[in-house]
Amino acid sequence: MAEDLKKMLIDYVTKEYLDEDSDQVITENTKLISGGIVDSFSMVSLKMFLEKKFQIKIPDEKATPEAFDSVNNIIKLVQEFVHS
Amino acid sequence: MAYPNVAKAHYASELQSIRGGGLYKEERYIQSPQAARITVEYPLGAPPKEVLNFCANNYLGLSSHTEVLEAARHGLETRGYGMSSVRFICGTQDIHHELEQKLSAFLETEDTILLPSCMEANAALFEVTLDKDDAMIADRLVHASIVDGMRLAKAQLYNYKHSNMAHLEEKLQETQGCRFRMIITDGVFSMDGDIAKLDEICDLADKYNAMVMVDDSHSTGFMGKHGKGTHEHCGVLGRIDVITTTLGKALGGAAGGCISGRKEIVDMCRQRARPYLFSNTVPPVVVAASIKVVDLIAKSTDRRDKLEANTMYFREKMTSAGFDIREGVHPIIPIMLYNAKLAQDVARDLYSEGIYVIGFFFPVVAQGQARIRVQISADHDREHLDKAIAAFTKVGLKYNILGKKKDEIIAMYGA
Repeated sequence: MAEDLKKMLIDYVTKEYLDEDSDQVITENTKLISGGIVDSFSMVSLKMFLEKKFQIKIPDEKATPEAFDSVNNIIKLVQEFVHS
Repeated sequence: MAYPNVAKAHYASELQSIRGGGLYKEERYIQSPQAARITVEYPLGAPPKEVLNFCANNYLGLSSHTEVLEAARHGLETRGYGMSSVRFICGTQDIHHELEQKLSAFLETEDTILLPSCMEANAALFEVTLDKDDAMIADRLVHASIVDGMRLAKAQLYNYKHSNMAHLEEKLQETQGCRFRMIITDGVFSMDGDIAKLDEICDLADKYNAMVMVDDSHSTGFMGKHGKGTHEHCGVLGRIDVITTTLGKALGGAAGGCISGRKEIVDMCRQRARPYLFSNTVPPVVVAASIKVVDLIAKSTDRRDKLEANTMYFREKMTSAGFDIREGVHPIIPIMLYNAKLAQDVARDLYSEGIYVIGFFFPVVAQGQARIRVQISADHDREHLDKAIAAFTKVGLKYNILGKKKDEIIAMYGA
């Protein structure tokens, strides 16, 4: 599941947050929040996307900038709620 | 009184971290009225220095205009200083109603409600008009006050890439199941001075049956042939459902804001907007002066025309001098420097040359997009503009950035 999830998230972040002419490559370790790719405003819609996609509810206290700072961190966050 | 030592230590540590990051904001004491030429005490304790101001939102130069001051004095004498009330108890004077009507006529909207600021207009609007079954679809670069306002609302939040109409359309398709959709954008984006594509946005809104909201704070009074705002500039008068704007920039610059648009939306705000219900009325003196401002700009486009001419002159000369500036037509003119320290150094050197500008860098703008934001005013004379261009050129030569593009500046200074 983790590999599928990783690919899906990388595709989503690339399509949703990078400009069409951007040559930046998103990997599972790319810094999304601290790297300035996803700002705190856009993080809200990213959280909403994950909640809809996986039919989970991520509590606000878990939705920290650190938790969204890379695809790997997002995978850990999602797995915590998908499995619980 | 309980001010725990741990709290004190925590705040001190946070402040130290802000200072350490070079983000500590310091005030500069201005010892004169707001104008093209001001007297500033900076740093604190330094002898007051006369400088040319290129960082105010005083687009039409009305902040200290003699007729506006006279109207304010008259308002003070005839309607008093304060109302000591919110609007709906005993805080509405005839002049509040008069200003609302004049704003509606000027903006060509159905109705208007005054609020203490545009920040509060944006805080009020979404919570009042949208619920959990609705969607807010916002440009990713909208002003912080809109972001805060959307956070107060229960509606679902979507955002689209800055001015990317294809991405907006995707979001409109994605939210087809929602009860109401509202497309939310700034008319002019305050860091780049670029203008929302309101004509295309309105076409998409029509196609997908969505409402359109525009924050026109950096436009009202001077964008468009008659200065009505971006809705006039983009040829969509009457097609914007709700506009929020400020009296605190081009329209005299004192305080106050408004929500203007469809009658029912404005009326809903009069019934339920929390900043309207629980915050004091706009002071009579501000209302009286604002009526004069609206009269002045409705009667003549001279100041708006001068602002446009000043803007084009400054953009042209700075481009010829070799600066990397964002193209456009707005009096917000970003001089791109990319590196935060370079932006601060250039701003400091310009201040020494008598030009007051500010460097902007992350997190106010995106990482690697540091710049100096120049703001032109109708109060600037050609002599002021030429002095600023000469000072920029001198400082630009010092840092060897003239004629250099993004990659070259980043290669020298980093991003």
